Amino acid sequence: MLKEGQVRIPSGCAISGVFARDGQPISGEVIRRSIAVMHERSNGLGGGFAGYGIYPQYKNHYALHVFYDDMTAREECERFLDRHFDVINLSKIPTRPTPKIKDAPLIWRYFVQPLPHKLADSHLDEKEYVARCVIRINDQLKGCYVFSCGKNMGVFKAVGYPEDVADFYRLEEYEGYSWTAHGRYPTNTPGWWGGAHPFALLDLSVVHNGEISSYDANRRAVEMYGYRCNLLTDTEVITYTLDYLLRHQGLTLEEVAQVVAAPFWSELAAMPQPEQKQRRFLRQMYSDLLITGPFSILVGFEGGMMALNDRLKLRSLVVAERGDRVYFASEEAAIRAVEPELDRIWAPNGGEPVIVRLKEEERK
Amino acid sequence: MKIDATGMEYEELGRCLRSCTDSHVQIHNCCGQRYIASGMQGRELEIWGTPGNALGAYLDGGSIRVHGNAQDAVGDTMNAGTIWVEGRAGDAAGYAMRGGTLMIRGDVGYRAGVHMKAFGDSCASIVIGGTAGSFLGEYQAGGVIVVLGLGAPEGQPVVGGFCGRGMYGGRIYLRSTIPPRDLTEKILCRRAQQADKEAIRPLLEQFCTAFDEDLDSLLNSPFWVLEPNPENQYKALYAPM
Repeated sequence: MLKEGQVRIPSGCAISGVFARDGQPISGEVIRRSIAVMHERSNGLGGGFAGYGIYPQYKNHYALHVFYDDMTAREECERFLDRHFDVINLSKIPTRPTPKIKDAPLIWRYFVQPLPHKLADSHLDEKEYVARCVIRINDQLKGCYVFSCGKNMGVFKAVGYPEDVADFYRLEEYEGYSWTAHGRYPTNTPGWWGGAHPFALLDLSVVHNGEISSYDANRRAVEMYGYRCNLLTDTEVITYTLDYLLRHQGLTLEEVAQVVAAPFWSELAAMPQPEQKQRRFLRQMYSDLLITGPFSILVGFEGGMMALNDRLKLRSLVVAERGDRVYFASEEAAIRAVEPELDRIWAPNGGEPVIVRLKEEERK
Repeated sequence: MKIDATGMEYEELGRCLRSCTDSHVQIHNCCGQRYIASGMQGRELEIWGTPGNALGAYLDGGSIRVHGNAQDAVGDTMNAGTIWVEGRAGDAAGYAMRGGTLMIRGDVGYRAGVHMKAFGDSCASIVIGGTAGSFLGEYQAGGVIVVLGLGAPEGQPVVGGFCGRGMYGGRIYLRSTIPPRDLTEKILCRRAQQADKEAIRPLLEQFCTAFDEDLDSLLNSPFWVLEPNPENQYKALYAPM
C-alpha cells in the first residue's frame, strides 16, 4: 500500500460530537443522525465513531477492538495477547450486514488486564504497558490492527459513509455520555479500514477535519519517543502528539492547545506578561509538535472532550449548549438536526480550545 | 410557494426551487442543504431553519431572508441582490462578492469579505451587526464592509486579528471606540468624519429597518475607517485599477 504523501485524493471532512455533562447516557443513534446531515462532506471512504461510557460492565478492563486481515493474523495476535494480558472476555464485535459496507476485515473485541507479573517485570505503569503492547501489535504483527484500546470506551470505524458505518456496527445498541463522529473525505491518503477515524490510543481519541502540513515534522518528532506512524494518515500523528504531551509530559489540555495551535510570534509578542513568557516557553520547548495547516479536531478522553481549531481557523467548527448537553460539529445543521432548540451557539476562535468535562470530574 | 425541506437532499431542494416560477418562495425546516438559491435572479426567498454552506452563491438579484443562522460562505461570489440573515453567519461570508448586499444581524466568523471587489458601477456591501472574526476583508479589492459591534463588550475590538490584511481597494468601517490592534502600515486607519458616515447612511438605514435598530444612535457613535494606504500599496503587485 502506498504511504502518506505518495497518494493524493483531493477533498474536506465532517466531525460531530455530543457530550452529556451530567453523565446521562446518550444513544449512538443520536450521533448517527448528527453526522448524517453532513453527508456531502464525506465521499464514502471512511466513517467512524468513538463512544465513552459504553462498557460499564467491563469498565475496569481495557477494551481492545481489533481488525484482522485473516484467521492467521488473528491466531498470531491472540497468542501475543495471551502472553501479555489476562483476557476476561472475547467476541466478534456484533455487526449488521449491509450492502453499503464491503470488504470487512475480521473485527474482534477483547476485554483485558495486563498480566500482573508481566506488568511488574516491565517496570512500566499500566497505561504505558498497554500502549506499548498495542504499538507493537500494529507495527510488527502482519494483518493485525488494534484500533481502540481504552477503558469503558470504544471506536467503531469502517470504509463507508458514517451513517452506514453506524448501521453496520449497530451503534443504536450502545449508550455513552460522550460521542464523537467522523465522515471522511481522504486528502492525500488512501481510504482503508485502518485509516478511518477516530484514531485512538488508550482512552484518547481524535477525529479530524483538515489536512496537516506539518505531518512529517510531527511524525519524526513522535517517532523519537517510541510511537510508530504506519497507518497512512495524518490524524494518527495528532493522536500520538496529544498522548505524548498529556500522558508523558503532563501538560494540561489548555497547554497542549497552546503547543499544537501556537499563535504567531507577532501575537505572542503582544501578550501581557507573565502569560507571554509561559506561552513562549511552550512554543519553543515543543516547536516540533506545532501542527500547521487546516484542522478542526475533537479529542475524546475519559470524562471529557476538547474541540480545537488550527490557529488560522481554516476549518469550520461550531459549539452549542442545551442544558447539560454540549454539541460540536463542522456545521450548525448537524447540531440542529438532533437539538433544534439551543441555549447558546458560537464558533470558537482559531487556537482557542473548548473543553468540557463531566460534572463529577470537575468536582474532583 | 411553500417548501417543506424536512429530510430533503440539497439536489432535490434545488430542483424544487428552480422548477417553481413563483416570485415569492418560503422554505421551512431547512437543515444544512447546500447551495440554496445559487445564481438565483429576481425572486424573494425566505428560509426558516439553518441553510447549508454557500447559501446564495453567485446570487444575481432578488433577495433571501434567513430567519435563523447561516453557515459558511453565505453570498459566495454574489453579483447582485440582497441577503438578510437574522442570526449569525459562519466563516467566509461574502467571499469574493462583487455586487449586492449582505446584511447579517449577529456575528460572523473568520474571513468575512475576503477578496470582495467592486466592479463597474456595482459596489459590494456587507453590514455585520455584531462582531467579525479574524481576517475580515483580507485581500479586499473594493466594496464596503461595515461592522457595528452591537452587543460587543465596551473597550474590546469588534474584529479579530489581521483585519484588512492585504487589502488594496474598498473601505472597512468599524463602529468602535478603539481601532484594531495589529494594523500594518499598508492600511490607513482614521476616525470617521461626517462625510464618511453619510456615505454609509443608506446601508445603515436598510439595516436598521430590517432588524429594528436605531439609526441615529448608530450614526452618532464613533467609527473608524480603514482603507489602503496610497503611499504604501499592494496595488503595484496586482493589475492596474
